Amino acid sequence: MALIEYREALGQAIAEEMERDDRVFLMGEEVAEYNGAYKVSKGLLAKFGPKRVIDTPISECGFTGIGVGAAMHGLKPIVEMMTWNFALVGAIDQIISNAAKTLYMSGGQFKCPMVIRGAGGAGGKLASQHSQSFEALFTHIPGLKVAMPATGADAKGLLKTAIRDEDPIIFIESEALYGKKFEVPDGEHLVPFGVADVVKEGSDVTIIAHSRIRHTAAAAIERIESELGISCELIDPRTLRPFDIETVAKSVAKTNRCVVVEEGWHWCGVGAQIAESVYTYCFDDLDAPVVRVAGLDVPMPYNPKLEAAVLPSIDRIIAAVKKVTYK
Amino acid sequence: MPTAIAAPKTKKTEVVESVAHKHVEESADLLLHLYKEMMRIRRFEEQSYQQYQKSAIGGFCHLYIGQEAVCVGAISCLEKGDKVLTGYRDHGHALAMGMTADSLMGELFAKATGCSKGKGGSMHFFDNALGMMGGNGIVGSHIPVAAGVAFAQKYKNEKKVTLGFYGDGAAQQGAIHEAMNLAGLWRLPVIFVLENNKYGMGTAVNRSSATSELCKRAEGYNFPGVTCDGMDVLEVRKCFSEAVARARFDNTPTLIEVKTYRYRGHSMSDPANYRTATEVEEKKKEDPILMLKAVLIERGVKEDRIHAIEEAADAEAKASVEHAIAAPEPDLSELATDIVANPWPASMLPRVEF
Ligand SMILES: Cc1ncc(C[n+]2csc(CCOP(=O)(O)OP(=O)(O)O)c2C)c(N)n1
Ligand SMILES: [Mg+2]
Repeated sequence: MALIEYREALGQAIAEEMERDDRVFLMGEEVAEYNGAYKVSKGLLAKFGPKRVIDTPISECGFTGIGVGAAMHGLKPIVEMMTWNFALVGAIDQIISNAAKTLYMSGGQFKCPMVIRGAGGAGGKLASQHSQSFEALFTHIPGLKVAMPATGADAKGLLKTAIRDEDPIIFIESEALYGKKFEVPDGEHLVPFGVADVVKEGSDVTIIAHSRIRHTAAAAIERIESELGISCELIDPRTLRPFDIETVAKSVAKTNRCVVVEEGWHWCGVGAQIAESVYTYCFDDLDAPVVRVAGLDVPMPYNPKLEAAVLPSIDRIIAAVKKVTYK
Repeated sequence: MPTAIAAPKTKKTEVVESVAHKHVEESADLLLHLYKEMMRIRRFEEQSYQQYQKSAIGGFCHLYIGQEAVCVGAISCLEKGDKVLTGYRDHGHALAMGMTADSLMGELFAKATGCSKGKGGSMHFFDNALGMMGGNGIVGSHIPVAAGVAFAQKYKNEKKVTLGFYGDGAAQQGAIHEAMNLAGLWRLPVIFVLENNKYGMGTAVNRSSATSELCKRAEGYNFPGVTCDGMDVLEVRKCFSEAVARARFDNTPTLIEVKTYRYRGHSMSDPANYRTATEVEEKKKEDPILMLKAVLIERGVKEDRIHAIEEAADAEAKASVEHAIAAPEPDLSELATDIVANPWPASMLPRVEF
């Protein structure tokens, strides 16, 4: 174990997997000589050279497409989106029309083993175009897998699993967490997809939260337990597709109440799908309707006071727990 | 004659030239091979047309009639391990890559025997073993992918080449600019094959392109851009043998604008009112199959040999329809296969419920 930054945990995962498999390479804007816009790829160029750590021009469609083609022909590309906001410039077509569809359309002939990774979510005072959560969009697409680590250990373990997988993986890192420190296992550490983390056990309410907002939920739980005496179980699904419904259902069977928290927009957010699944699989266990806490349905404003009002807050999570427990 | 816009400045130019010259005097066998491949496509497409009219084939279906010399000439320059990607007008390329009429007609009929198990249809023909990498329905989207396949070929030091075919309409897509810049920047063994058939759906190329000399765009990416007459399979072949050698031995991409023409509408539902019947009739006088037939006869190839090729192509296409009719539909369980290569346990969501 070492106390390292989230970005360093990601960099470790990439370095270890590149050492393990020479089909793995990293490409993206500023990943090599500049050491990464967020320094995730720091030191990789020096270690692996320019054949495998490749600076690209600002051509998200072009280099994501190159990744798809390289994956179809036996390589294992890691394509970095400087932030996921920029994937809208054509990369989204490469991901949805090509990476996610090639195996199916070819009747199983062409796999597309690639990881597309980068910063997502609100970074803080970055305004509308640079503070967006796109996990609902990608989780919606059959053929993709979606991972969103909330800690350094999960960042490393999920990314290593993603790189070894045989499918296109959408790996959404949290821009706000890059500089946060976590205890991260040294060397080999793999976190499987589709296995939720029961972050904290509790008996009265199940709270489901992924990525950065999981830490907001954890902070809310501290206050809920001390101020209201309500015991909360916190579950981080870690991957949104596949989704570990078993762990969630087991928890709801115990607590009979469920709150789903996410940073993304409320309408058609991943929380809506999680709530639907809870209703489907846990209907008889529920003592109250599932309550969702999500980003407000507005573009992100620059003003920090307004921005804070858009994002799920400790207060809004506490209010949701009160609602679901009729307090 | 192909006109080189920007000659490659490489020390290996001499090697490239000698490889190209090998093909100047084509053998009679090779001419017959080219004739056979073009004929197979023509007959297959005629059957596709008829079966579509009978509603045995559904969805979007784009015929290649008139353009046969382009893919046949180009693909005749490839060797095993080279790859091809194209758009939705992919029947010709698939046949020229060696795929059987049965596997294609089966796919058109949405049968389990189809090359993509009935999951792809007309626009998505694939054959991994033969190097046919699709069949893409999003205009221009596959060209960065083609550059990516070439990237992997170079990464693995294979000395193989990828051809990415697309249309004059697709040429206006941003994806293609990005792919070409990356290919030029990274010296990828890819050939950009612009099949200029004068129209993208109903839009004539002079209404979609700021320049009428599309091949000149290569200059901006620092690799050669050439044009060639796509109604003359031998000219196509000469042009591609040079470009393939440049890619294979020197990692130099080439943009080849092949001037061609489609005789039928854009897709089955298009009456093609945006062009005159005279224009189509004029073009048919340069028919690539008739032109090669004339060369064969001039070379003294016996009529009955030519005739036998025509008969065989006709029989192959007709038999493919018979086989497709008899073939089984895919099982419902096929719905849930091939979505991901590495599926998750059934206990996880999402699941496919029948
Ligand atoms: C991105 C995208 N936009 C529009 C379409 C609809 N569409 C299909 S084919 C086509 C015309 C393309 O023409 P061209 O590239 O010249 O190829 P051709 O059909 O002549 O072979 C259009 C507009 C599409 N499939 N994809
Ligand atoms: Mg066209």
